[in-house]
Amino acid sequence: MLELLQKPWPWYVAGPLIGLTVPALLLVGNKALGISSSLRHVCAACLPAGIPFLTYNWRAEAWNLVFVLGVALGGFIGYRVLGHPAVVGISAETVRDLKAQMHLTDFSGLLPRELFALENLANWKGWFFLVLGGFLVGFGTRYAGGCTSGHAISGLSNLQWVSLVATIGFFAGGLVMTWLVYPLLF
Amino acid sequence: MKYFKYLVLGTLFGIILTKSEVISWFRIQEMFRFQAFHMYGVIGSAIAVGLISIQLIKRNRLRTIDGEPIAIVDKQYNHGVWIGGFIFGLGWAITGACPGPLFAQLGSGVGAAAVMILAALAGTWTYSALREKLPH
Repeated sequence: MLELLQKPWPWYVAGPLIGLTVPALLLVGNKALGISSSLRHVCAACLPAGIPFLTYNWRAEAWNLVFVLGVALGGFIGYRVLGHPAVVGISAETVRDLKAQMHLTDFSGLLPRELFALENLANWKGWFFLVLGGFLVGFGTRYAGGCTSGHAISGLSNLQWVSLVATIGFFAGGLVMTWLVYPLLF
Repeated sequence: MKYFKYLVLGTLFGIILTKSEVISWFRIQEMFRFQAFHMYGVIGSAIAVGLISIQLIKRNRLRTIDGEPIAIVDKQYNHGVWIGGFIFGLGWAITGACPGPLFAQLGSGVGAAAVMILAALAGTWTYSALREKLPH
Protein backbone atom coordinates (compact mmCIF):
# COMPACT_ATOMS: atom_id res chain seq x y z
CA MET A 1 0.00 0.00 0.00
CA LEU A 2 2.71 2.44 1.03
CA GLU A 3 4.65 1.54 -2.08
CA LEU A 4 1.61 2.41 -4.22
CA LEU A 5 1.27 5.77 -2.46
CA GLN A 6 4.94 6.52 -3.06
CA LYS A 7 4.94 5.97 -6.79
CA PRO A 8 3.52 8.69 -9.09
CA TRP A 9 -0.25 8.30 -9.30
CA PRO A 10 -1.87 7.56 -12.67
CA TRP A 11 -4.40 10.01 -14.11
CA TYR A 12 -7.36 7.72 -13.42
CA VAL A 13 -6.60 7.84 -9.70
CA ALA A 14 -5.61 11.50 -9.37
CA GLY A 15 -8.26 13.00 -11.69
CA PRO A 16 -11.32 11.53 -9.91
CA LEU A 17 -9.84 12.48 -6.52
CA ILE A 18 -9.37 16.08 -7.72
CA GLY A 19 -12.97 15.98 -8.97
CA LEU A 20 -14.20 14.83 -5.55
CA THR A 21 -12.71 17.97 -4.00
CA VAL A 22 -15.56 19.93 -5.65
CA PRO A 23 -18.43 18.17 -3.78
CA ALA A 24 -16.30 17.82 -0.63
CA LEU A 25 -15.93 21.62 -0.33
CA LEU A 26 -19.63 22.12 -1.06
CA LEU A 27 -20.68 19.54 1.52
CA VAL A 28 -18.40 20.66 4.34
CA GLY A 29 -19.00 24.38 3.98
CA ASN A 30 -20.83 25.48 0.81
CA LYS A 31 -17.52 26.58 -0.75
CA ALA A 32 -16.63 26.61 -4.43
CA LEU A 33 -13.20 25.21 -5.31
CA GLY A 34 -10.91 27.98 -6.57
CA ILE A 35 -7.29 28.70 -5.81
CA SER A 36 -6.47 31.97 -7.57
CA SER A 37 -8.88 33.93 -5.33
CA SER A 38 -6.36 33.40 -2.54
CA LEU A 39 -3.97 35.76 -4.37
CA ARG A 40 -6.63 38.49 -4.28
CA HIS A 41 -7.29 37.90 -0.59
CA VAL A 42 -3.58 38.22 0.21
CA CYS A 43 -3.45 41.52 -1.75
CA ALA A 44 -6.58 42.74 0.07
CA ALA A 45 -5.08 41.79 3.44
CA CYS A 46 -1.59 43.17 2.86
CA LEU A 47 -1.79 46.06 0.41
CA PRO A 48 -5.36 47.23 -0.36
CA ALA A 49 -4.06 50.76 -1.12
CA GLY A 50 -7.60 52.12 -1.40
CA ILE A 51 -8.27 50.05 -4.56
CA PRO A 52 -12.01 49.28 -4.70
CA PHE A 53 -11.43 45.71 -5.99
CA LEU A 54 -9.22 45.03 -2.96
CA THR A 55 -11.49 46.68 -0.40
CA TYR A 56 -13.78 43.98 0.96
CA ASN A 57 -13.99 41.74 3.98
CA TRP A 58 -11.26 39.26 3.04
CA ARG A 59 -11.53 37.69 6.49
CA ALA A 60 -14.85 36.18 5.41
CA GLU A 61 -12.80 34.26 2.77
CA ALA A 62 -10.13 33.10 5.21
CA TRP A 63 -11.10 29.47 4.55
CA ASN A 64 -9.56 29.89 1.09
CA LEU A 65 -6.22 30.95 2.57
CA VAL A 66 -6.31 27.97 4.95
CA PHE A 67 -7.04 25.67 2.00
CA VAL A 68 -4.04 27.07 0.10
CA LEU A 69 -1.85 26.62 3.17
CA GLY A 70 -3.00 22.99 3.09
CA VAL A 71 -2.03 22.72 -0.60
CA ALA A 72 1.53 23.80 0.31
CA LEU A 73 1.58 21.30 3.19
CA GLY A 74 0.31 18.66 0.74
CA GLY A 75 3.21 19.53 -1.58
CA PHE A 76 5.61 18.88 1.28
CA ILE A 77 3.97 15.58 2.26
CA GLY A 78 3.50 14.41 -1.33
CA TYR A 79 7.04 15.19 -2.43
CA ARG A 80 9.27 15.03 0.65
CA VAL A 81 7.48 12.54 2.89
CA LEU A 82 5.99 10.11 0.34
CA GLY A 83 8.98 10.58 -1.94
CA HIS A 84 9.36 11.06 -5.66
CA PRO A 85 11.29 9.72 -8.63
CA ALA A 86 14.41 11.68 -9.60
CA VAL A 87 12.97 12.40 -13.03
CA VAL A 88 9.34 13.07 -13.96
CA GLY A 89 8.34 10.34 -16.42
CA ILE A 90 7.42 12.49 -19.41
CA SER A 91 7.26 11.04 -22.90
CA ALA A 92 10.40 10.45 -24.95
CA GLU A 93 9.11 12.85 -27.62
CA THR A 94 8.84 15.68 -25.10
CA VAL A 95 12.38 15.02 -23.85
CA ARG A 96 13.66 15.01 -27.43
CA ASP A 97 11.86 18.26 -28.31
CA LEU A 98 12.91 20.09 -25.15
CA LYS A 99 16.53 19.07 -25.79
CA ALA A 100 16.44 20.14 -29.42
CA GLN A 101 14.33 23.28 -29.14
CA MET A 102 15.03 24.67 -25.67
CA HIS A 103 18.54 23.24 -25.22
CA LEU A 104 17.64 21.57 -21.93
CA THR A 105 20.00 18.89 -20.62
CA ASP A 106 18.91 18.45 -16.99
CA PHE A 107 15.53 16.72 -16.62
CA SER A 108 15.70 16.08 -12.88
CA GLY A 109 13.24 17.58 -10.42
CA LEU A 110 9.83 19.18 -11.02
CA LEU A 111 11.10 22.11 -13.11
CA PRO A 112 14.17 22.44 -15.34
CA ARG A 113 16.95 24.04 -13.29
CA GLU A 114 18.39 25.60 -16.42
CA LEU A 115 15.34 27.86 -16.59
CA PHE A 116 14.16 28.15 -12.99
CA ALA A 117 17.31 28.30 -10.84
CA LEU A 118 17.23 31.45 -8.69
CA GLU A 119 20.67 32.41 -10.08
CA ASN A 120 18.92 32.97 -13.40
CA LEU A 121 17.50 36.19 -11.97
CA ALA A 122 20.86 37.65 -13.05
CA ASN A 123 19.84 37.22 -16.71
CA TRP A 124 16.73 37.40 -18.91
CA LYS A 125 15.75 33.78 -18.34
CA GLY A 126 15.01 34.23 -14.66
CA TRP A 127 13.03 37.41 -15.26
CA PHE A 128 11.07 35.77 -18.04
CA PHE A 129 10.32 32.40 -16.40
CA LEU A 130 10.01 33.43 -12.75
CA VAL A 131 8.87 37.03 -12.78
CA LEU A 132 6.97 37.59 -16.03
CA GLY A 133 5.49 34.06 -15.91
CA GLY A 134 4.26 34.48 -12.35
CA PHE A 135 2.96 37.98 -13.08
CA LEU A 136 0.89 36.77 -16.06
CA VAL A 137 -0.56 33.95 -13.95
CA GLY A 138 -1.67 36.38 -11.24
CA PHE A 139 -2.89 39.05 -13.64
CA GLY A 140 -4.65 36.71 -16.06
CA THR A 141 -6.43 34.53 -13.50
CA ARG A 142 -7.98 37.50 -11.75
CA TYR A 143 -8.89 39.16 -15.08
CA ALA A 144 -10.58 35.89 -16.13
CA GLY A 145 -12.21 35.41 -12.74
CA GLY A 146 -10.60 32.05 -12.05
CA CYS A 147 -7.88 29.56 -12.88
CA THR A 148 -7.74 25.87 -13.74
CA SER A 149 -9.44 24.92 -10.48
CA GLY A 150 -12.16 27.62 -10.42
CA HIS A 151 -13.02 27.63 -14.12
CA ALA A 152 -11.82 24.40 -15.76
CA ILE A 153 -12.69 22.00 -12.93
CA SER A 154 -15.25 23.69 -10.68
CA GLY A 155 -16.94 25.76 -13.43
CA LEU A 156 -17.10 23.08 -16.12
CA SER A 157 -18.36 20.57 -13.52
CA ASN A 158 -21.28 22.95 -13.03
CA LEU A 159 -21.80 23.27 -16.82
CA GLN A 160 -20.90 26.96 -16.88
CA TRP A 161 -20.39 28.07 -20.49
CA VAL A 162 -18.39 31.05 -19.18
CA SER A 163 -15.87 28.58 -17.79
CA LEU A 164 -15.66 26.86 -21.16
CA VAL A 165 -14.72 30.20 -22.75
CA ALA A 166 -12.11 30.72 -20.02
CA THR A 167 -10.68 27.21 -20.45
CA ILE A 168 -10.39 27.67 -24.22
CA GLY A 169 -8.58 30.94 -23.47
CA PHE A 170 -6.15 29.16 -21.10
CA PHE A 171 -5.29 26.59 -23.76
CA ALA A 172 -5.02 29.18 -26.54
CA GLY A 173 -2.53 31.18 -24.43
CA GLY A 174 -0.54 28.08 -23.56
CA LEU A 175 -0.37 26.92 -27.18
CA VAL A 176 0.72 30.37 -28.40
CA MET A 177 3.50 30.46 -25.81
CA THR A 178 4.67 26.89 -26.51
CA TRP A 179 4.43 26.90 -30.31
CA LEU A 180 5.01 30.56 -31.28
CA VAL A 181 6.88 32.43 -28.52
CA TYR A 182 9.27 29.72 -27.29
CA PRO A 183 10.67 29.10 -30.81
CA LEU A 184 11.45 32.84 -31.03
CA LEU A 185 13.25 32.87 -27.68
CA PHE A 186 15.41 29.77 -28.07
CA MET B 1 -11.15 24.90 14.59
CA LYS B 2 -13.85 25.78 12.06
CA TYR B 3 -11.06 26.06 9.48
CA PHE B 4 -9.48 22.69 10.22
CA LYS B 5 -11.61 20.88 7.62
CA TYR B 6 -10.29 23.24 4.92
CA LEU B 7 -6.73 22.57 6.01
CA VAL B 8 -7.37 18.82 5.67
CA LEU B 9 -9.02 19.13 2.24
CA GLY B 10 -6.30 21.52 1.03
CA THR B 11 -3.60 19.11 2.20
CA LEU B 12 -5.24 16.19 0.39
CA PHE B 13 -5.61 18.34 -2.72
CA GLY B 14 -1.91 19.28 -2.55
CA ILE B 15 -0.87 15.64 -2.12
CA ILE B 16 -2.95 14.61 -5.16
CA LEU B 17 -1.51 17.42 -7.32
CA THR B 18 2.01 16.47 -6.28
CA LYS B 19 1.71 12.69 -6.63
CA SER B 20 0.12 13.00 -10.07
CA GLU B 21 3.02 15.28 -11.14
CA VAL B 22 0.68 17.96 -12.48
CA ILE B 23 2.84 20.45 -10.54
CA SER B 24 5.74 19.70 -12.90
CA TRP B 25 6.71 22.13 -15.68
CA PHE B 26 7.70 19.10 -17.76
CA ARG B 27 4.17 17.69 -17.57
CA ILE B 28 2.63 20.99 -18.66
CA GLN B 29 4.99 21.19 -21.65
CA GLU B 30 4.09 17.60 -22.54
CA MET B 31 0.41 18.63 -22.43
CA PHE B 32 0.79 21.73 -24.62
CA ARG B 33 2.80 19.66 -27.09
CA PHE B 34 0.06 16.96 -27.16
CA GLN B 35 2.63 14.26 -26.40
CA ALA B 36 0.85 12.37 -23.62
CA PHE B 37 -2.64 11.76 -22.36
CA HIS B 38 -1.72 12.19 -18.68
CA MET B 39 -2.79 15.83 -18.11
CA TYR B 40 -5.89 15.48 -20.28
CA GLY B 41 -6.82 12.36 -18.33
CA VAL B 42 -6.37 14.13 -14.99
CA ILE B 43 -8.35 17.25 -15.97
CA GLY B 44 -11.00 15.33 -17.94
CA SER B 45 -11.71 12.73 -15.26
CA ALA B 46 -11.72 15.46 -12.57
CA ILE B 47 -14.42 17.32 -14.52
CA ALA B 48 -16.41 14.11 -15.11
CA VAL B 49 -16.43 13.22 -11.41
CA GLY B 50 -17.15 16.84 -10.42
CA LEU B 51 -20.04 16.98 -12.88
CA ILE B 52 -21.66 13.77 -11.63
CA SER B 53 -21.19 14.90 -8.02
CA ILE B 54 -22.81 18.29 -8.62
CA GLN B 55 -25.72 16.66 -10.45
CA LEU B 56 -26.23 14.30 -7.49
CA ILE B 57 -26.08 17.22 -5.06
CA LYS B 58 -28.60 19.25 -7.09
CA ARG B 59 -31.04 16.42 -7.83
CA ASN B 60 -31.12 15.18 -4.26
CA ARG B 61 -31.12 18.75 -2.89
CA LEU B 62 -28.30 17.78 -0.55
CA ARG B 63 -27.39 20.08 2.32
CA THR B 64 -24.05 20.84 3.92
CA ILE B 65 -22.99 19.01 7.07
CA ASP B 66 -24.35 22.02 8.98
CA GLY B 67 -27.75 21.67 7.30
CA GLU B 68 -27.49 24.67 4.95
CA PRO B 69 -28.94 24.28 1.44
CA ILE B 70 -26.04 24.04 -1.04
CA ALA B 71 -25.90 27.08 -3.30
CA ILE B 72 -23.60 27.28 -6.31
CA VAL B 73 -23.27 30.75 -7.80
CA ASP B 74 -23.34 30.95 -11.61
CA LYS B 75 -20.30 32.51 -13.29
CA GLN B 76 -20.97 35.81 -15.06
CA TYR B 77 -19.57 36.49 -18.52
CA ASN B 78 -17.53 39.54 -19.42
CA HIS B 79 -14.81 39.91 -22.06
CA GLY B 80 -12.19 39.57 -19.32
CA VAL B 81 -13.01 35.86 -19.22
CA TRP B 82 -11.29 35.19 -22.54
CA ILE B 83 -8.78 38.07 -22.50
CA GLY B 84 -7.65 37.22 -18.98
CA GLY B 85 -7.89 33.53 -19.76
CA PHE B 86 -5.52 33.94 -22.70
CA ILE B 87 -3.07 35.98 -20.57
CA PHE B 88 -3.14 33.33 -17.85
CA GLY B 89 -2.54 30.66 -20.52
CA LEU B 90 0.64 32.43 -21.62
CA GLY B 91 1.81 32.45 -18.00
CA TRP B 92 0.77 28.83 -17.46
CA ALA B 93 3.02 27.66 -20.29
CA ILE B 94 5.92 29.79 -18.94
CA THR B 95 5.77 28.81 -15.27
CA GLY B 96 4.37 25.35 -15.99
CA ALA B 97 2.06 25.92 -13.03
CA CYS B 98 -1.35 27.32 -12.29
CA PRO B 99 -1.89 28.85 -8.83
CA GLY B 100 -2.58 25.56 -6.98
CA PRO B 101 0.60 23.89 -8.22
CA LEU B 102 2.64 27.01 -7.35
CA PHE B 103 1.68 26.55 -3.68
CA ALA B 104 2.32 22.79 -3.85
CA GLN B 105 5.74 23.44 -5.44
CA LEU B 106 6.56 25.87 -2.63
CA GLY B 107 5.75 23.17 -0.07
CA SER B 108 7.83 20.62 -1.97
CA GLY B 109 10.84 22.91 -1.58
CA VAL B 110 11.12 24.59 -4.98
CA GLY B 111 12.68 28.00 -4.26
CA ALA B 112 11.56 29.40 -7.61
CA ALA B 113 7.93 28.96 -6.52
CA ALA B 114 8.35 31.69 -3.88
CA VAL B 115 9.46 34.16 -6.58
CA MET B 116 6.65 33.09 -8.93
CA ILE B 117 4.04 33.47 -6.15
CA LEU B 118 5.32 36.97 -5.31
CA ALA B 119 5.18 37.85 -9.01
CA ALA B 120 1.64 36.40 -9.21
CA LEU B 121 0.61 38.57 -6.25
CA ALA B 122 2.07 41.58 -8.08
CA GLY B 123 0.06 40.57 -11.15
CA THR B 124 -3.17 40.26 -9.19
CA TRP B 125 -2.52 43.60 -7.48
CA THR B 126 -1.78 45.30 -10.82
CA TYR B 127 -4.99 43.91 -12.35
CA SER B 128 -6.93 45.18 -9.33
CA ALA B 129 -5.43 48.66 -9.69
CA LEU B 130 -6.05 48.83 -13.47
CA ARG B 131 -9.42 47.08 -13.43
CA GLU B 132 -11.56 50.14 -14.26
CA LYS B 133 -9.40 50.91 -17.32
CA LEU B 134 -9.31 47.39 -18.78
CA PRO B 135 -11.89 46.08 -21.28
CA HIS B 136 -14.41 43.74 -19.68
